[in-house]
Amino acid sequence: MIGESVPRLEDRPLLRGEGRFVADIDLPHQLHMRIVRSHAAHGTITSIDAAEALAVPGVAAVWTGADVADVPPIDFRQVGADQMVPYRQPILAQRRVRYVGEPVAAVFAADPYTAEDGAERVVVEVAELPPVLDAAGPLGDFDERLDTEAYVFTEATGDVEEAFARAEHILEAEFRVGRHTGVPLECRGAVAAHHRDTQTLEFLGAAKVPFQNRDALAQMLGLPPSRVVLREAHVGGGFGVRGELYPEDVLVALAALRLGRPVKWIEDRQEHLVAANHSRDQLHRLRVATDARGVIEGLEVEFVSDQGAYVRTHGATVATLAAAMLPGPYRIPNYRVTGRVRLSNKTPAGTYRAPGRYESTFVRERAMDAVAAELGIDRAEVRRRNLIGSDEMPFERGIDALGTPVVYDSGRYETMLDRVLDHIDYSALTESLAERRAAGELVGLGLGFFVEKSGLGPFAGSRITVDGSGRVTVTTGEASVGQGFETVMAQICSDVLGVGLDSISVVHGQTDQMSYGMGAFASRATVMAGTATHDASEALRQRAIEAAAEMLEASADDLVMADGAVSVAGSPAQAVTLGEIASALGPASPLARGRPGLVAEEWYTTSHMNYPYGLHAGVAALDPDTGRLAFERYVIAYDVGRAINPMLVEGQIVGGAAQGFGGALFEDFSYDEIGQPQATTFMDYLMPTAAEMPDLEILLSEDAPSPLNPLGVKGAGEGGTNACGAVVAAAIDDALGRPGAVTSLPVTPERLHAMCRSLAATG
Amino acid sequence: MNAERVELTLTVNGEPRAVAVEPRKTLADTLREDCGLTGTHLGCEHGVCGACTVLVDDEPVRSCLMFAVQCSGVEIRTVEGLADGDRLHPIQQAFWEHHGLQCGFCTPGFLMLATSVLEARPDIGDEELREVLASNLCRCTGYQNIITSVHAARDQMRP
Repeated sequence: MIGESVPRLEDRPLLRGEGRFVADIDLPHQLHMRIVRSHAAHGTITSIDAAEALAVPGVAAVWTGADVADVPPIDFRQVGADQMVPYRQPILAQRRVRYVGEPVAAVFAADPYTAEDGAERVVVEVAELPPVLDAAGPLGDFDERLDTEAYVFTEATGDVEEAFARAEHILEAEFRVGRHTGVPLECRGAVAAHHRDTQTLEFLGAAKVPFQNRDALAQMLGLPPSRVVLREAHVGGGFGVRGELYPEDVLVALAALRLGRPVKWIEDRQEHLVAANHSRDQLHRLRVATDARGVIEGLEVEFVSDQGAYVRTHGATVATLAAAMLPGPYRIPNYRVTGRVRLSNKTPAGTYRAPGRYESTFVRERAMDAVAAELGIDRAEVRRRNLIGSDEMPFERGIDALGTPVVYDSGRYETMLDRVLDHIDYSALTESLAERRAAGELVGLGLGFFVEKSGLGPFAGSRITVDGSGRVTVTTGEASVGQGFETVMAQICSDVLGVGLDSISVVHGQTDQMSYGMGAFASRATVMAGTATHDASEALRQRAIEAAAEMLEASADDLVMADGAVSVAGSPAQAVTLGEIASALGPASPLARGRPGLVAEEWYTTSHMNYPYGLHAGVAALDPDTGRLAFERYVIAYDVGRAINPMLVEGQIVGGAAQGFGGALFEDFSYDEIGQPQATTFMDYLMPTAAEMPDLEILLSEDAPSPLNPLGVKGAGEGGTNACGAVVAAAIDDALGRPGAVTSLPVTPERLHAMCRSLAATG
Repeated sequence: MNAERVELTLTVNGEPRAVAVEPRKTLADTLREDCGLTGTHLGCEHGVCGACTVLVDDEPVRSCLMFAVQCSGVEIRTVEGLADGDRLHPIQQAFWEHHGLQCGFCTPGFLMLATSVLEARPDIGDEELREVLASNLCRCTGYQNIITSVHAARDQMRP
């Protein structure tokens, strides 16, 4: 069952229109919330007049910052630090507004149309202050005491000064990655009710990290965690953005408590584009020291991460990951990086698929191309000379990320390079591209090698139960964001128990169903919950066989398990089904011996991440008249250690790549000179459609299983996205015959058109 | 605001549905809230993403850009009307077999868009089909498996 591309368990209701997304949930007597948002990028609130809104029939309440001043700001979930604490976001603006879209007031009304009517009538006056719109420029004021640099950190390994002192070549460069983000097709939303009979707050529409958000909400609202229940419904895409705890979530929960009625909030798209986490937006300056053969001896990087107006739940996660993963698959023995998390008057930022790696892969691979060009070495060859060898695994980078040392657990990087070069017939391809360029075509090749990280710990649990009908339920505290979590868990369970997938249910994201849980982020679900489910399935199998041995009066060694039953090997008539075993294990049964039920629960803990790796190679033609870049071929090789369901892994890679192309070519949260966001609809924020996507060739490999878990799996969620920016840039350089031409993303058709014109002008 | 409600009867998936809605209420909201047909999803509410695509007299429309009061006397088809009881429509079956969906949020819109084009033009070529499917947005699949699914359904549905 493991390794088979079976169709998904999840799909039937989703195909029939029977899904249950948060907007599909209604509670009796509910109010609808609408947020009034700041129209100014930066300023002091001088007045908020809600009288006209309150006069609208059906409007039940209007809250402003003063009404919720007793609620603390939203805390960090990851990579927090004392210095960043003052920069956390309040759930409604307190006196000062810091970005267009910041929640300023909340209107509660009988239906969503009326809530919008009310919100339109809330008058907010702001005395505007100059906005900070370039985080890499001069610092501004966050408030009367603090400037806009929230956090600075340095990581280093080796002796960087010595490496530069003896270097044959030193290169300097500056690279920028623009501001874009996940933009799931489902906007955010929440429905909450305070059940007075049980004094329990129920919060529906949770996603990604329900258990952590349960604890955070309980703390912010002064409730015991056991009286706060979060429930995940269907989730319309996550990508790092969805499911973090946002101001609106806390307002919904608080309103359910204070107004005594269920409260529902469904975000619209315009809100989403200015209110949900943005991401990327980094400027890197680097110096590279190499020997005569292009081997990088030293790398020194300083970068600014534009965090937007507040530091949200992710703390310094993105900057930390950019710093830690920047050296990628290369040895680079001497490395020093300084990251600066700076605020601006833009929407606050958080993680987005391959956070910190999309950026740092762009930077590193641009640098690798620059070394190749400077020294006149072939681009594949210069990479080969720098790759960490398989005999060097496990490879200690000498720096930390997310509280754990970066230790690459396994990898055969050179094997992957060879496979991809063979697949595209590299020598012949580069020759033919050179011929086509000589004939006037703008066509080029890009390569992007990278290491990903996945399987972030420290724990995941799984409980397997069998009911009297033989139906198996896998319960975890982890989460699904639409990636196929249920199918993958069921496959792992089925592989051990031998029951059919259609006999297995998977429960996730319900905080009253499991004692602990983490969630769906950092490509961790298959690695962490998958391992726990594997272990729990093994334990359940053992328990079933022991009970069956007594029921069949046979030796456990003679029993086999298949098709939902345990039988005596060689005499299939002597058998009991899993349902019969479960029924026989009732609490009063002598068979149970104080441990009732056919049930097993296991917890997998780890302090290390594991490290999948990949290589993208793309051939693109540039149309000088339209600025369109069309990939003729795009190959993604990715090693996930072991693929539980290759079809789903490939789906992750292809979908991830579409997002990678989006950020490289089209998607851009730009702002005008007074901080007004310019991309607030899908007519301005341009995500790729079927017309822009090339047909991808996926080379899935299992060369380097992870030694850190019994399945050998590594996460599959982010490798498709990681290197797209790097490859787009390299292919454009090559097509133009101008190494180093692209130093920033996105390279929009408009920019490409201008580059082609300037090429034509200068010949 | 809070204008008088208008009584009208919609025909959805062949069944009459009597509703009373404000004139400003969109077809999408009416299907979801007044008819209980929540399979039609709202992804942008400004007519770009296509998640809310339904068929009106067999033509695909953005139900976020139509008012319910414009819809009396027309035949509306939604994702809930595709399957025949337990039996999936060939386009649903193809999406299932070819992993044409991940989170499933955009899926009803793509299913309705594909249904309309394959019914109207069973022999549509690959290039044109890609162009039609570029009407809607998906953020999970990268479209490759959606295109594969619709190709498979085309081959299956061809008379």
